[in-house]
Amino acid sequence: MIGNFPFVAVVILLGLGIYTLIFKKNLIKIAIGITLIENGTNLFLITLGYRKGAVAPIYTQAPEGVPMVLPTPQALTLTSIVIGVATTALILSIAMIIYKKYGTLNSDEVRRLRG
Amino acid sequence: MKEEMSRIVRTMTTLIYVFIMVYGFYVIAHGHLTPGGGFQGGSVVASAFALLVVTYGNQKTQDFLQKDLLSLLESTGLVIFICFAFFGLGATFFYNFLSNSGSLFGSSATIGVNPGNLNTGGTVTAMNIAVGIEVLAALGVIVLTMSQASETIEKKEK
Amino acid sequence: MSGILTHAPALVIALPLLAAFLVPIIGRFNRSKGLGWFVSIILGLSLLMTLLMANHILSNGPLIYVFGGSEPGLTLPSGYTVPIRIIFQIDGMGIFMGIITAVVSFLGAVYSISFMEQHSGLEKYYTLLLLLTTAMYGMEFTGDIFNFFVFLEIASIASVALIAFRSNLSGEPAEAGFKYMVVSSIAALMVLFAVGLFYGQYDVLNMATIASVMQFTQLDKIALILLVTVLAMKAGSVPMHMWTPDAYSEAPAPITMILVAASQASLYALFRVTFSLYNITLNTVVIGWIIIILGVLSMFIGVTMAIIQKDIKRLMAYHAISQTGYMLLGVGVGLAVLANPVALESFGIKAMEGGIFHIMNHAMYKGLLFLTAGALFYRTGTRDLNKMGGLAHNMSYTTVFFIIGAAAIAGIPPFNGFASKLIIYESVYQFNPLLSIIAMLVSILTLASFVKVFHSAFLGPKLEQYQKVEEVPKSMVVAMATLACIIVFFGLFPDVIVDNLVHPAVMALINQVNYTSAILGGM
Repeated sequence: MIGNFPFVAVVILLGLGIYTLIFKKNLIKIAIGITLIENGTNLFLITLGYRKGAVAPIYTQAPEGVPMVLPTPQALTLTSIVIGVATTALILSIAMIIYKKYGTLNSDEVRRLRG
Repeated sequence: MKEEMSRIVRTMTTLIYVFIMVYGFYVIAHGHLTPGGGFQGGSVVASAFALLVVTYGNQKTQDFLQKDLLSLLESTGLVIFICFAFFGLGATFFYNFLSNSGSLFGSSATIGVNPGNLNTGGTVTAMNIAVGIEVLAALGVIVLTMSQASETIEKKEK
Repeated sequence: MSGILTHAPALVIALPLLAAFLVPIIGRFNRSKGLGWFVSIILGLSLLMTLLMANHILSNGPLIYVFGGSEPGLTLPSGYTVPIRIIFQIDGMGIFMGIITAVVSFLGAVYSISFMEQHSGLEKYYTLLLLLTTAMYGMEFTGDIFNFFVFLEIASIASVALIAFRSNLSGEPAEAGFKYMVVSSIAALMVLFAVGLFYGQYDVLNMATIASVMQFTQLDKIALILLVTVLAMKAGSVPMHMWTPDAYSEAPAPITMILVAASQASLYALFRVTFSLYNITLNTVVIGWIIIILGVLSMFIGVTMAIIQKDIKRLMAYHAISQTGYMLLGVGVGLAVLANPVALESFGIKAMEGGIFHIMNHAMYKGLLFLTAGALFYRTGTRDLNKMGGLAHNMSYTTVFFIIGAAAIAGIPPFNGFASKLIIYESVYQFNPLLSIIAMLVSILTLASFVKVFHSAFLGPKLEQYQKVEEVPKSMVVAMATLACIIVFFGLFPDVIVDNLVHPAVMALINQVNYTSAILGGM
């Protein structure tokens, strides 16, 4: 049971992120929502590689005979975090440009593109 | 973030700045032995830049770290990275041609628990350093650009 | 020669990548047209290598390239072999999409030489263009599902930055960029979640290996739903199409053309997932019908929304949605009858040929139309159809190219749109006559809409403010002329293309065994 807690956290994070995306109007909050979903996904990936009682997969520090956790999901998560940084930086700079042009961050007032 | 902060903060920043930089470069250089690597170390260094912006204000930091130079450093890091990938073309793209070759970064790694040898890892180490250069420059540019832009927005609001 | 061919799959993406990083350095010293020429030459080299690979693949079968090692797999001491390295697996379908990417990105770069000349920050523009091209090649060639996610994200980030590139004048490009960024982040994260689901069950990331051990458990169903939804969203199909008109209309014209190819790369991924990853383990009739319904909705809603538009690029963007519907319809029919060999043989393969041929045709004529819209914008400075008029007097080349593109999209005989649409009508009619009739109706509405554009932009007397308008510069004419030649060639000799390029692509999708054995056999 306790082993499933990370997955519950994943679901909560994803749910919160989707809620933020759908119901919040502020562009910065939308960016936060995306980050929440991203963190949920990262947590999901990292949990997949976990083994009870295993040590961190560091080549020069792991004692012989003790199982290691799987390093591949950690590598995947790391890649995803790096991409996430780029995404967040880009989305925030675009929000900044929008604020410069329109003077507001409310997505209802920003909407010039219709139809 | 226009004004400088107080003297206490400035003095502490000058002290801590060096340590953050050293730690960042340590993480970059030990990327193949410990958790971390180019990206992580580069972000640590870039956080030192962010500290400078907070403490000394945007203008003084811009004078100290030239954005132009950082962009050049960014592309240079990337070019070095991709060149190491190209050098592997003797076998395949990204082939680790330096590992166990005896030359730079070419010692073979010892199995088991040991303090670790920096001179191992082949192209992985070299690429880590290239990525480190790229990330510290790129995140530095992002920090500087964003602080500059937020300043102009603040000016507009007044 | 053989050395180049051995490394061609890597070089095709490595050269644009290297150029992308060199461009900022070159741009510091040379701010004139040199940058555009450099990028065009690099993308031209990529195009040549893609054609070389196509020649090899179509005669000798799939090409496999392993990064960083000679063997894709690793044999454990226990004798268990598992593919751990990142591989590129290029079969008929992959190279078909690769050719589209190569042609479109090369012509986009050539067109940009004159089109973007007046802008500042060109080194960033070309860096992003090269990154977008690299990412598209990667999405189409990769055989590793996590690698696909990485390339998908690179493509999203590069295209968002390119869409928002002209936001120095007005806020709309940034707005469109924000919308697209939200859509594509969600899409990419859901793909990553699906990757996690696969990895948790099967312990591999290699697509061919996943396909060979696919059980179609409950988790696989969730992964399928996630993948189909988000990839259809990235391909711009109704009801997830809201980003398409904004993004297509606000991006610079050459980028819009490349964006069309980028959303087709997502479409390719959708087909790759349903055909190669799942194949007949899934309930082909249900998923096939879902794709058909998405296609029909896209066709119909896209064209009806297009008719009322006044902004020329927005109108064309809605047509892009509508044309995506044809591809979904054709391939969806193929998927629906995949488990039924008799129906597959009699019309399923034909329908898929039509749908897949339409991908290439659409990239060509929609690219040409967007480029002519860009040419009009370049000379008149507006995209509003009500403000244009009488431009045929001064811009004769552009007029001819527009007529060719419009005739092709409406499916008028000697052009390529007719060739693929005819295949779709004939084969879909055997599956379900109603679908075929809807497709024809949509085609007529498309023609009506383009007649309106032609009338209001090109015909009529010369307008006062456009007295001194000239033909666009040479590089833009060359790019448009090349596309026009391709369109006419495809329209006159469709059999050559269908037999040599499209049919192998369809067979590569249908024969899942070929896809999986190429990896497992080579290990």
